[in-house]
Formats: sequence, C-alpha cells, structure tokens
Amino acid sequence: MSENTRFFNRSELMALAVLALLLVVVLPLSLDVFRLNLVAKYLTYAFVAIGLVLCWGYGGILSLGQGVFFGLGGYCMAMFLKLEASSVANTKIQSTPGIPDFMDWNQLTQLPFFWKPFHSLTFTIVAIFAVPAIFAFIVGAAMFKRRVGGVYFAIITQAIAAILTILIVGQQGYTGGINGITDLRTLKGWDIRTDQAKFILYFVEVAFLLAGVAVALFIRHSKLGRILVAMREKEDRVRFSGYSVANFKIFAFCIAAVFAAVGGALFTLEVGFMSPSFVGIVPSIEMVIYTAVGGRLSVFGAIYGTLIVNFAKTSFSESFPELWLFGLGALFIAVVLAFPNGLAGLWRDYVQPRLDAVLLRRPGAAKWASRQVSESVPDGAAAE
Amino acid sequence: MVIGDVQKDFLLAVEGLTVSFDGFKAVNDLSFYVDENEIRVIIGPNGAGKTTVLDLICGKTEATSGSIKFRGQELTHMTPNQIVLAGVGRKFQTPSIYDDLTVFENLEISYPRGRTVFGALTFKRDAAVRDRVEAVAETIFLKDRLHTSAELLSHGQKQWLEIGMLLIQEPALLMLDEPVAGMSVSERVKTAELLHGIIKNHSVLVIEHDMKFVEDIAHKVIVLHQGRILSEGKMEKVKNDPKVIEVYLGH
Ligand SMILES: Nc1ncnc2c1ncn2[C@@H]1O[C@H](COP(=O)(O)OP(=O)(O)OP(=O)(O)O)[C@@H](O)[C@H]1O
Ligand SMILES: [Mg+2]
Repeated sequence: MSENTRFFNRSELMALAVLALLLVVVLPLSLDVFRLNLVAKYLTYAFVAIGLVLCWGYGGILSLGQGVFFGLGGYCMAMFLKLEASSVANTKIQSTPGIPDFMDWNQLTQLPFFWKPFHSLTFTIVAIFAVPAIFAFIVGAAMFKRRVGGVYFAIITQAIAAILTILIVGQQGYTGGINGITDLRTLKGWDIRTDQAKFILYFVEVAFLLAGVAVALFIRHSKLGRILVAMREKEDRVRFSGYSVANFKIFAFCIAAVFAAVGGALFTLEVGFMSPSFVGIVPSIEMVIYTAVGGRLSVFGAIYGTLIVNFAKTSFSESFPELWLFGLGALFIAVVLAFPNGLAGLWRDYVQPRLDAVLLRRPGAAKWASRQVSESVPDGAAAE
Repeated sequence: MVIGDVQKDFLLAVEGLTVSFDGFKAVNDLSFYVDENEIRVIIGPNGAGKTTVLDLICGKTEATSGSIKFRGQELTHMTPNQIVLAGVGRKFQTPSIYDDLTVFENLEISYPRGRTVFGALTFKRDAAVRDRVEAVAETIFLKDRLHTSAELLSHGQKQWLEIGMLLIQEPALLMLDEPVAGMSVSERVKTAELLHGIIKNHSVLVIEHDMKFVEDIAHKVIVLHQGRILSEGKMEKVKNDPKVIEVYLGH
C-alpha cells in the first residue's frame, strides 16, 4: 500500500537513476556530436510521449493531436529566437528592417501585434507553458463537459491538428508558412548553432526530461493518478462517487499539452527551426505510436520507446524510405494486438523474471546487481 | 405549498416522475416516499423500469417531468456530483469497481475528501483515511483482502466492495441495484446481515429479483411494472396481490 503512495517507490528511483546514467553519462561518452544531437531531437518527442502516458495510458483519453501542442511550444520559442535573429542590424537589406525575413518577403511592413510580446524571454517562457495549457483547457472544456470522449475526441483532436497546419501554412506572412520559422541563431546573444552549444543544450534538455519524469511519477502516485486509472476503467462509477469527471479529464489533457509544448520548445532550441510538419496529423499519430510501442502505462517505457522507434526510423528510412511508413504501421498494429503494454509490458512479463532467475542463482555479489537490473526497468506494473 | 410541507418529513419524495425515451415511457407518473432509516425494495419483471428509476434519482438520466426531492432539495436539475454531495450514493447493477486498483484504493477513491483536481493532487493518505478504509473493509468482509487487486475478487466480493465504496461516502440514502445478483447462498445471507447493519444509520433503496432475499430485508416493497407501480406495501400483502401474481407468472 505505502509502495503506491510514496512519490517514488524503490524500483522507480532505480529506473530514474539508470535513465539518468544512460542520458547523462553513457550516451554523451559513446556518441559523436551528430548522433548525440539526434538523441536530443528524439528526446523532445519523449516529452510528448510522457504526456500521452498520463493522458492516454492512465486517463484513457486518446489524443491524436499532440503535434498541435508540440507546435505551439515550438513556435513560441521560435518566435522569440526569430525576433532576436531579426535585429535591425541583421536585416538591413530588407525593405522593412527589424522584422523577420519571411514577413518582409510577404510584403508585411510591421510586426504583427501577437509577435510583439515575444521580444521578451520571460514572456516566451510563460507562453510556452500557458498557451498550450489554455488552448487544451478550452478544447477539453468544450469536449469533456459535453461528455464527448473516446473515438470522437480522438477524431476532433486530429481535426484540430489538420486545421492548425492549414492555418500555419496559409498565413505565410505571420507564421513563415510551409517552411516554418528558420534561420534561428542566438539565445540572448549565445550562438545556439555551435557544437558546443548543442552539447550544452542536450544536458539542459536531459535535466528537463528528468524533472518531467519526476512530475509524471508524482501525478501517478497522487490520488489524482489513481482517479485517472479509475476513470479509464469505470467512468460512471467515478462520476457517481462525487467527482467531476470532466475536470479531471481536462486536467490530464492540459498536462499532456504542457509536456508536449516543453518538448516542442526544446526541439526548436536543439534543431534550430520549427515548421508545420511537426504539427499535423502524421507527426501526432507517430507520437502516439512511440508511446504505444514503449508502453502506454510506463513513463520510462515511453521514453525508451521513443528513442528506439526513432533510431529505427532513422536507420530504415535511410535505406528504404518508402517502406518505413508501412513498417511503422505494422509495428503499431502488432503492438496494439499482441502487446498492449508495449516494450515495458514485454520487459516486465518476460525479460525481468528471467533476469531475476539468472541473477538470483548467483550468490553474494550478484545480489545487488540483480536488484539493480530487475528494478531499473521501465515497468508498467506500477500502473496496475 | 402544502405539498412542500408534507414532503419535508420524508428523506426522499418522488412525485409524478416520468421519463420518455423517444415516446416510450420507461417510468410513468411514478410517486413514492422513503422515510429515514427505511429499507425500501423495488421489485418487478425485467424491463419494468427499476434501474431507470435509480438513473433518474442519481442524475444519470434526465427526467421528462416530475420531481425528486431529497431532504427537501430538488434533485432533478442537479449534476451527478452535486447529488452525491447532497448524500445519495448509488451502486450499479453490474458491479462497477476499478479492476486495476487494489481493494484499498477502490475504497479510498470514494473517501469523501479531495474530490477536486487540486484536492486529489495534494490528498494525503493519513491515519483518518486508513482507519476509515479498514473499518469499512471490515464491514464488507474484505478486511484481509485490502491489498489484493480488485480484479481478483469473486463476483460477490465485488458487489460488497461496491457497497463499501458507497458506505465510505457516508450517504444518507444508499441505492443498490441488485446487490445479491450472482451471489452464492451464503453470500446472500451475509449481505442481508450487512444491509441490516447499514440501515441503523442510512436509508436504503434496493432493487432486487430474489424474493427470499427481499423478504429477509424489506420494510416495504414496491412492485414496478411497465414503469408504473403495480402494488405497494408489506411483502406479505404484495406477494398475495393477484395483479402481482399475474405479472410474475406471466414472465
Ligand atoms: N437510455 C435509454 N434509452 C432508451 N431506452 C432505455 C434507456 N434506459 C432504459 N431503457 C428502456 O427502459 C426499459 C426499462 O429499463 P430498466 O433497465 O429500467 O429495466 P429494469 O427494470 O432495471 O430491468 P432488469 O430487471 O432487466 O434490470 C427497458 O425497456 C429499456 O430498454
Ligand atoms: Mg435493472
């Protein structure tokens, strides 16, 4: 009992330590800057996946539009960086100096009003959290108060992803259109394009990710986490036990949105641009697939799932670009049909018991090791 | 407001309650009154509208017309959670418990504290919670199963667990939809014992098919048929009512 209410039980603490070791020590020491930067990029999606574990895995609310929030966070960051890159000195040759280049190309002569606050870094940071949270709140309130749920909700989130993409692409002068916001250079004068900057940003991101894991585990182990699980199973029972189910769903959706937005903002910093190709239906679905493959009940599983699927994607799509989408689709179907708890579930059911068996047979010295290995694992057990 | 004054004496006063599903009146001009600390049983053939009556009271279904007063408070326009806060708890016909949580966690979720989002985030499992959960678990015969996953309980135990989830809410009125369905004979006896304990400080509205069980527990019985009251009163009287005999033999 106490196991489940403490904010981290021992196995989760171990899993967190192993994850930290992997991301802070092992990967930076073993990968070159290019590969490490790939990991950094993939990890930005892991934020989305953690959000989906809370919202979809625990709460049962499937959103197929998380790209929207990833994009909102990413665009907020990109707007700030773009304004910094568009100083009058940098844009002398434009017909209107001091505004982003794409605005100039689209005959804008003035910075649109909603761009102006993004001169401030403080405002930008607040916006990265607040904009997606408010947007998710509005969508969530509109849907969940009317008891729209399940497949209908998923379809509506898809529609929102499609609409936002069309809006961004169509309003080229305000958003940079299909190309997105590119040519980002410095953050408060610090050049973010150098290898060294990318190296530092990687560690910043890992710090955010580990903090995000802690927040997710805190929610999971709070009573709210148990209510999410209860709601997923017997929504009416929760409702007729005196809870406003809609409010809890709105909360779960908002939290997932904020996670996605933080990932998006870090993506912009790491990769140096943001474009509508991360907002639409396809990326949104891909993010759900990462979560499903990793295990939708496991925060750690979702992170490993995201990394593994993305590495597979990179290596496959280099050699067989057309086949990748089929492969991804097949992977998703296989996971849904055969391994509903994803890699984390497989690990828990097959690998971990065997590891335990092998390691426990060895006396003495292996004892500590066995504990470490067996508990370091992305496990869905905590959610069940 | 003569009627209003009369109603005050009752815990629950249902008057002229009607619900129509696309013209089909599942509950039709139904009126009945429940006293404090009374066990009232609603019986009736399948499809008589029994479950629908509970749906109407707890706010799951909206009434077409009529009134439901609970301690003088009109329930028909309140949201489900307001109705729970007012003191009405409801068990569903098929046991509705959370399979993925333990018995303890199932009960804890119904503990009446931390029901808002923020309250749930900051909820602490303190001694008061633990004691209350254990006390209720004892009442519902599940004290030694507190840390088992609810999924592993027998069907009867799941029914008890759901009753326990109501008890921990401390409602003034418990509504139980077929609480002994799927129970063994010995479980039925224990459940009757449980209900007798419960009515010491709650009113209970029970829907049941099992006649023997009804005789065991009921103060007063309502026989519902096609959304209307066919007969009402003490069990012996109802049992010998020719209209009731006809309906039950007809099914
Ligand atoms: N939401 C609804 N929409 C349409 N018809 C409904 C709805 N709820 C109930 N009904 C109908 O109302 C009638 C009464 O149903 P109800 O479930 O109340 O019966 P019951 O007395 O509880 O039966 P049982 O003993 O089988 O549980 C049935 O014919 C049912 O099909
Ligand atoms: Mg029924």
